[in-house]
Order: sequence, then structure tokens, then C-alpha cells
Amino acid sequence: MGEGVDSRFNSKLREAFGSTPFILTKFDKFMNWVRGSSMFMLQFGIACCSIEMMHTYAVKHDLDRFGAGVPRASPRQADVIIVPGTIVSKFTPRMKRVYDQMPEPKFVVGMGSCTISGGPFQEGYNVIKGAEEAIPVDIHVPGCPPRPEALVYGVAKLQERIANGESAPVTVKPYELEQFGDLDRDELVQHLADRIDEDDLVMRYNWADSP
Amino acid sequence: MSLEDPTSPEADPEPVGVTEDGLDYDALEDLLGDLAIGRESHINAEAFVVRPGDVEEALVTLRDEAGFDHCSCLTAQEYEDRFESIYHLRKYDEPTQEVGVVVPAARENPVSQSANGAFRTADWHEREAYDLVGVEYEDHPDLRRILLPETWQGHPLRQDYDQEQPQVVPLREHANPLKDDHRGIDNSDTMFLNIGPHHPATHGVLHLKAVLDGEVVADVDPDIGYLHRCEEQLCQQGNYRHQIMPYPDRWDYISAGILNEWCYARAAEDLADLEVPEYAQVLRTMSAEMCRIAAHMLAAGTFALDVYGDFTAIFMYAMQDREKMMNLLEDLTGQRLMFNYLRLGGVAWDLPEPREEFFEKTRDLLDDLPERLEEYHNLITSNEIFQMRCIDTGVLEPEAAKSYGATGPVARGSGIDYDLRRDDPYGYYPELDWDVITEDGCDNYARVLVRLQEVEESAKIIKQCVDLLEDWPEEERTIQSNVPRTLKPEPDTEIYRTVEAAKGELGIYIRSDGTSKPARFKIRSPCFSNLQTLPEMSEGEYIPDLIASLGSLDIVLGEVDR
Repeated sequence: MGEGVDSRFNSKLREAFGSTPFILTKFDKFMNWVRGSSMFMLQFGIACCSIEMMHTYAVKHDLDRFGAGVPRASPRQADVIIVPGTIVSKFTPRMKRVYDQMPEPKFVVGMGSCTISGGPFQEGYNVIKGAEEAIPVDIHVPGCPPRPEALVYGVAKLQERIANGESAPVTVKPYELEQFGDLDRDELVQHLADRIDEDDLVMRYNWADSP
Repeated sequence: MSLEDPTSPEADPEPVGVTEDGLDYDALEDLLGDLAIGRESHINAEAFVVRPGDVEEALVTLRDEAGFDHCSCLTAQEYEDRFESIYHLRKYDEPTQEVGVVVPAARENPVSQSANGAFRTADWHEREAYDLVGVEYEDHPDLRRILLPETWQGHPLRQDYDQEQPQVVPLREHANPLKDDHRGIDNSDTMFLNIGPHHPATHGVLHLKAVLDGEVVADVDPDIGYLHRCEEQLCQQGNYRHQIMPYPDRWDYISAGILNEWCYARAAEDLADLEVPEYAQVLRTMSAEMCRIAAHMLAAGTFALDVYGDFTAIFMYAMQDREKMMNLLEDLTGQRLMFNYLRLGGVAWDLPEPREEFFEKTRDLLDDLPERLEEYHNLITSNEIFQMRCIDTGVLEPEAAKSYGATGPVARGSGIDYDLRRDDPYGYYPELDWDVITEDGCDNYARVLVRLQEVEESAKIIKQCVDLLEDWPEEERTIQSNVPRTLKPEPDTEIYRTVEAAKGELGIYIRSDGTSKPARFKIRSPCFSNLQTLPEMSEGEYIPDLIASLGSLDIVLGEVDR
């Protein structure tokens, strides 16, 4: 054993603690681990996928085993929002508001094909082509609907990302790329923030240009 | 309201037009007299053409004189030269007796009289027709958009609608409901409260605009359309043979997929005149009843969740039983939730091999079921607290239920003996031995009782189907009849067909134009009509009873909004 290892394991701390176990870690790393291991989900049902989401929370699949299964009814108590279903024009501003009400840091799991692209309803006149049109999404779980196992895997992947210190990306819609493509990330956030009308949340749907 | 009292002498025991072998449409035409200016023949029934100004009179005549007390559906559609609204009427006592009332309206300015005076259910149906097709209804009490946002431009099911035009949806209204309290007209101290669209007790994305006077609900207005996924448009884009069948699974997504698929299968098979082999009918009947059990389990579990307010034993037990049922359905169909199992003219495939294993699993589940149900009765229906919450709350009188077009467990909980599986037989139901459950309580409790007892009846049906399937000779196991690759029904044939889905009467209207895709595809959702009864049940009651009533209606927003 090298000298460094010696000094680490037979250190003053070890002398002080004796045989009592202890762990040394970075505080940031510890916080990320904590964040990933005790996630409060928002109890948020939209469509078909919410039935499979309920099955994921309930017996047999029991998401709580992975430290992520306590559904909170209020967005102010939740860290993670699973978006389970088709999002339509009338609901998008409401979903955005619910997302805005969640405290930082917050994470989004898009569940099912509808939150990726509109899924089987993509051609509908009223259907938003994916959750990313409205809020940033960390993890996409494909399927129509995804099996509970798939959702558990998605949540586990999210925990892995959180433990690695990765947070939600800022999304730019494809038709905005031209507008914002040359900006740094921080400038981009500022630009997007400036565009929000705080008194009057308005959603403009540009059906022709959305993917 | 001119609702008749069943005991009064006006309730004629001999309705016009009823003969021993069904309906005599000539007698009905005589009854309507000058009101009927024409007659059309739909596959399910004859229809009378009525002038746009005579709608209410014609409907009231048919209701009072001929006994058509159920306005099942309203279909609005656009033709090259006119708009048309079709009221599909039938009888609660005899649902096979149907009649249509066709109301043409001018191409440039489509206006016709509202049917709201005859059937209260017309209120929402006409709002939907106005919203999507753009037919205006005169004398309608509250004609505004119902599914799309108020600010929407255009009517999407019109032929000239431009789907690419930009739309703007604000969140101005209901911005902050707590900012200033709403005052009533006479300045009484009432409070406006938004319940939903994101709320754990609304079973999805329903928005209730409630005005409270203390803890009492003074007024409640369900605001729907937060899950309007354009199902009708998408079905009109798909061809009959394959592309429509996946969508019904997603209307009532609480595992009731096969029940919904059956509705489309029944309508399209009758439209294109397809046969279904008997073996496939047994498979359909069995799998549909499995779906019904799973759907009712979720209804019971979430209702307990609403009333007890906790993710505890009952909810978990219900999910556990659903999980078992879903495993069986997965063995059969290959999917947990969106089965896509039915095909026109049969089913997709036979029972999984080895068949004995499937039968054994099914029998095991059915053998456990009585014990499980007893546990539900111990935990839910015989619990004193639950009874205090549910007995005599959310009362829906049978006459009101009929006027709103309520069906399914909601109607049967109000003592209306109406079940399409028995009254308008399809599939293998007439050959099997089972009962229709009704309760006379008219309250939240009765509706829960109906659902739990229906689970027993469904189990009976499944058991008989399993026995039948087990002894079915191997060479006669035809799962699909011969169906042409491309279906092109005769042009200008129209059909309206219904089945008993988990929530009630699910209907589909199809008009074909000779191509492989329907020209008009209209869905009659049971939840849409059932949800209309909510204000009737809960105005003047306490707000916790509103939540219980909503739970006992067991709505699925995917089906309400379509």
C-alpha cells in the first residue's frame, strides 16, 4: 500500500472515530445523491399513460422501492413531474403553470409516445407535438403506453443523471434554432425568460412549423 | 321542464308505432304529420327529416307520444350543399326501437332550433356540434365552445378548415382564483373555486368551475376539453380495415379497450355486412368481460381513494386485482393496456398455447374473486364511515338521469333497468346465463354497489365462456371470417351502433361515401352524457359530496373529450 492510502485510512479521523464507521465525500456529490434517492413525484394524470403510472406506483411494481414513489398532490411539494399522456392546446398553458409552480431543482420525465411527438394523435388539429414544445424534458420513455418496467427504468436513469449532477437542459424548439442558435446557454435562458409575459401567460401554437 | 311523471295519466301505456314485430315507421310518420318533410333509411333505423325550426316540437312529440325517451346522440356533419344534425333517439325500455331525426341546415348560415327543451342532454351535445362542426342552435341556453379553447379560430371538422393556421390560447381567465373572491349577483358571500384541471380528485384533466356558498356548492360547471385528442378526425383519416381499430382502445383507457373496440367492430361489421364466427364471438365476450372487471376494479379503488383520501389498502388491493386481470389479458392479446385485439370479422388471434394453462389461470382468478369481493365489501360498502359519506348523497332521480341520457352503472344505480348486452343483444351474451344489476338507491352508494355486483356477473360470464372454449372442437376454431383487404361500404349508407361499454352506452355513427375511409365518424361517449348529470347531483350539496359524486360517476376524460 502506498503512502497516500495509508494516510487516508489511518488518519487522524480514524484515530478520533476509532472503529465507528464514517464516510468522506464531497458535499455536492452527497446532495446529488440525496436528490436522486428521495424524489417526490407529482401526482399528475393526463391520459392513458397515467393508468400505467398508477400501476407503477402501486403494488407489484412499487416505484417507492427506488426512493421515488411518493406522489404529491401539490406541485409545490414535488421534485419530479411525470408527464403521462397526450397534451392538447387547452391543457398546455395549465401544464406549464403547474411546472412553473414546482420548486427548483425540478426534473421532467416524459412518459409515452405522445410526450415525445404527439404519438398516435400527432396529426390531430388540437394535439401538441410533444411535451418539449412547452417544458424541458429530461428523460423520454417511449411506448404507447410504456410498461411499468419501462417507467421504472426511466426513473432509474433520471436518478443516475441527477447523481451525476446533470440537470434539465434548456430546450429550444427547432423553429427557434435560427433565432437563438448563436447564443450561449446563459444568454439563451435570459432571452427565453424575457419573452415570458408574467401577467398573461399566452401560448401561441404555430402548427405549421412544429415538428 | 316538461318531464312527465310516470304515474300521471299522460304516461301513455301504448306508445304510437309499436307493433308486435318492432316499430311501425309509417305510424310514426303519421304521428309527426307535417313536421316530417322527408324520410331517410339508415341501417339501424329509419330517420325523419324535420325543418330546422321544428326540432323541439318533433322531438317532444316522439318522446311523449311514441315513447322515445332517450336522446342517445347528436351527430352534426357537413355535406357539399348543406349541414345536417341527426338526433339518434331510442327507448330506455326497448333500445332496439330507434329512430333518427335529421335536421338539415343551410350551407351559408347553418342554424337550427335547439333540442334543449325536449332533452336536457342536448345541451352539451349541441355545444360540441357547434364547437367542432359549426352548426348554431337557436334558443340554446349557453352556446359556446366546449372542447376547444374559447379563443379557437374555425371549426375543425368543416371541410374548409385550415389545420395549419396558428392559434392562441391564453390563461387570462382563472389566472389566480384566490386573488379576489367572486360575489354573487345579489352580493351574497360566495366564493369561486377552480377544481382542476390538475387535481387528484378529478380523475384526469377535468376542470370544475365551482361557486361555493360556505361549504355548499351553489353552482358547478364542468369545463372539459383538456384531453380533446381529435379522435373523430383521426378515425376519419384511417381506413376501415386496420387503421381505426387502435384508436378505440384509447377512448376509455381504463383497461376497457376491448369493450370499445367491439363498438367499432359492431358498427363497421354491420355497415359492411360482415359475419363473425361464433368462436370469435365467445373470445370477444370473454375478453370484453375481463376488461369490464379491470375497469370496475379501478373505479372502486379510485372511488375509495376519493372518499378515504389515502393511497392505502383498498386502492392497492384494487390495483393488485387489476394487475392479475391485466396479466391474463396480456397473455391473450400481447398488451397490458392497449389491446388492439379485435379485428373486423373476428379477433386477431386464438388463445395462447398451451390453452390449458390459460384456462387454469383464468379459473384460479375467478375462484379467488368471491373472496376478494367480500373483502371489498368489508372495506368499502359495509364501512359505516363510507356509508355515511355515500348514502343519500349525490342523488340522481331516474327521470333526470333519462333526460340527461345517463347510461351504464350510473343509470342502473338509479333503478333504470337498461343494459345493452341484454336489451340490444350482440356477441355471445344472449346464450349465456347472467343478470343485469340494478339498485334503487339513486345515490353514490348505489352506483358503487352496482359496479361491485357487476364484477360478479362478469365473472359468471367469463366462467361460462371458458367452459365453452375448453370444449370447442379443434377444427371449428375459426377466429376470423373472410374479410376483403380493402373495405369500401356502399356510398351514403349511415349507421349508428352502440354497445354496453364499462361506463355505459358507447355508440358510433359512421357515414360512408364509398371510399375506404369513413366520411363522418362520430363517437357517442357514455361519460360525456354521464358527466352532464354532475350539476344535478351536487348543487346544494356539500363540496366533499361533490367529490364523491364525481368519483361515483367514474368518468374517463379520454372518453369525455375524445
